[in-house]
Amino acid sequence: MSDELISRVTGVIAKSQKIPPETVTIDKTFEDLKIDSLDGINILFALEGEFDLDIPDDAARGIRTVREMAEGIEKLLAAKSGA
Amino acid sequence: MNKRVAVTGIGAISAFGHTFPELWAGLAAGKSAIRPLTLVAPGALRFPNAAEVPDYDPARYFEEKETLLLDRFAQFAAVAAREAVRASGIEFSPDLAERTAIVLGCSGGGKSTEDDGFHHLYGLKEPRVSPLTIARAMSNAGASRVSLEFRITGPVFTVSTACSSANHALGQAFRMVRSGEVEVAIAGGSEAPLSLGFLKAWEAMRVVSPDTCRPFSRDRRGLILGEGAAVLVLEPVERARARGAAILGEVAGFGMSSDAHHITQPSALGAARAMRSALSDAQVAPEAVGYVNAHGTGTLANDATETEAIRSVFGEYTGKLLVSSTKSMHGHALGAAGALEAAATLGALQASLIPPTANFTVPDPACDLDVVANTPRTAQIEYAISNSFAFGGLNAVLVFRHLR
Repeated sequence: MSDELISRVTGVIAKSQKIPPETVTIDKTFEDLKIDSLDGINILFALEGEFDLDIPDDAARGIRTVREMAEGIEKLLAAKSGA
Repeated sequence: MNKRVAVTGIGAISAFGHTFPELWAGLAAGKSAIRPLTLVAPGALRFPNAAEVPDYDPARYFEEKETLLLDRFAQFAAVAAREAVRASGIEFSPDLAERTAIVLGCSGGGKSTEDDGFHHLYGLKEPRVSPLTIARAMSNAGASRVSLEFRITGPVFTVSTACSSANHALGQAFRMVRSGEVEVAIAGGSEAPLSLGFLKAWEAMRVVSPDTCRPFSRDRRGLILGEGAAVLVLEPVERARARGAAILGEVAGFGMSSDAHHITQPSALGAARAMRSALSDAQVAPEAVGYVNAHGTGTLANDATETEAIRSVFGEYTGKLLVSSTKSMHGHALGAAGALEAAATLGALQASLIPPTANFTVPDPACDLDVVANTPRTAQIEYAISNSFAFGGLNAVLVFRHLR
């Protein structure tokens, strides 16, 4: 995963959660960041806008960490550029 | 002194058709009325299916000029109320009309009316919207229309508590009849949420299933939205008997609670408190209940939490309880949901037949209840409860009793 991708993902999370960007690092869990299910949905919405992606419900289910979220975005971006 | 409260009329318009007998026949057959959405262009949404009222032509029920003032949800309220009042056989004299209440649940109001106005404003860049927008879109438009049709001049209001709206409405009506504050009540709920702007908001919330609604199944993927209305006519049992009316069941109790926990995540504690409160209001022991018409939305969170709540209220007796979610067949009609489910529950008590949880595939250890999977079951039940738990953490539970 590129540093640029990670920084865009953590930036989106920080912005949509209204928390300082430095608190969102790749190894944090949603629990660490006090992100609940409704916050998670809101972050997905912001990520769709940031990366011009359509994130299906099934791809989003079960994601509990910043790393899983960044990996999911990377996978969807790869699928999009391959298509 | 409190009066016992009879149901003497039921009306319903749903994905099964425009009448209560069609709703009940569909539920009793255990077939799902979830079908491809036609009110919105295909491909516009992540989910293709809904529980839409079939073959609905306003001209069948209203003069063309009247429809100018009536959003789809208010039309549904009137259609269901007409059927319920006709079934009850009640004629409203001016004196009785003054001692009659109307309480209808509605979550969203005239969503397609608002959507249409915003399309003209933001999409077509027109500088104005229809002057009838407010009168059509207000959430009380359904209750007000029913009041105008039957010239009901007593207490008339709308309750809006998202998915619990109709149960809260029926509960208020029940208590007004029980206490003698009114002699008759027309109560239930109506909703017409299948408008693109509102559906997009549901899509963004990621709680709508991409295929169908499978409550309590391990592979459940969310709810399926529905539309329609159901209306009950309530009056004291002694009044109904005195006039020789057919009694379709009794409303025996009502309980409500707030989770005060989270705006969207459900809480088993709050749900359990509403069930306990309803049973206590009805003076019924948990062991006397034979059937639970569950809130059972088919979302991951609701069904597991509701199971935990049912287990905490019914304890060891839970294994003997029949539980089903009829939302698997008529969809989740939001502010009409509790009313459609009240109709379903009354149908079950009358017919001694439990409508199943349709589309059920794989048992979920987190939902270890007898969910009457896929096939209706014969059972003579005296008491049943119907659960509604809303976003916002607001819970409302009704207790029904078999009565002839």
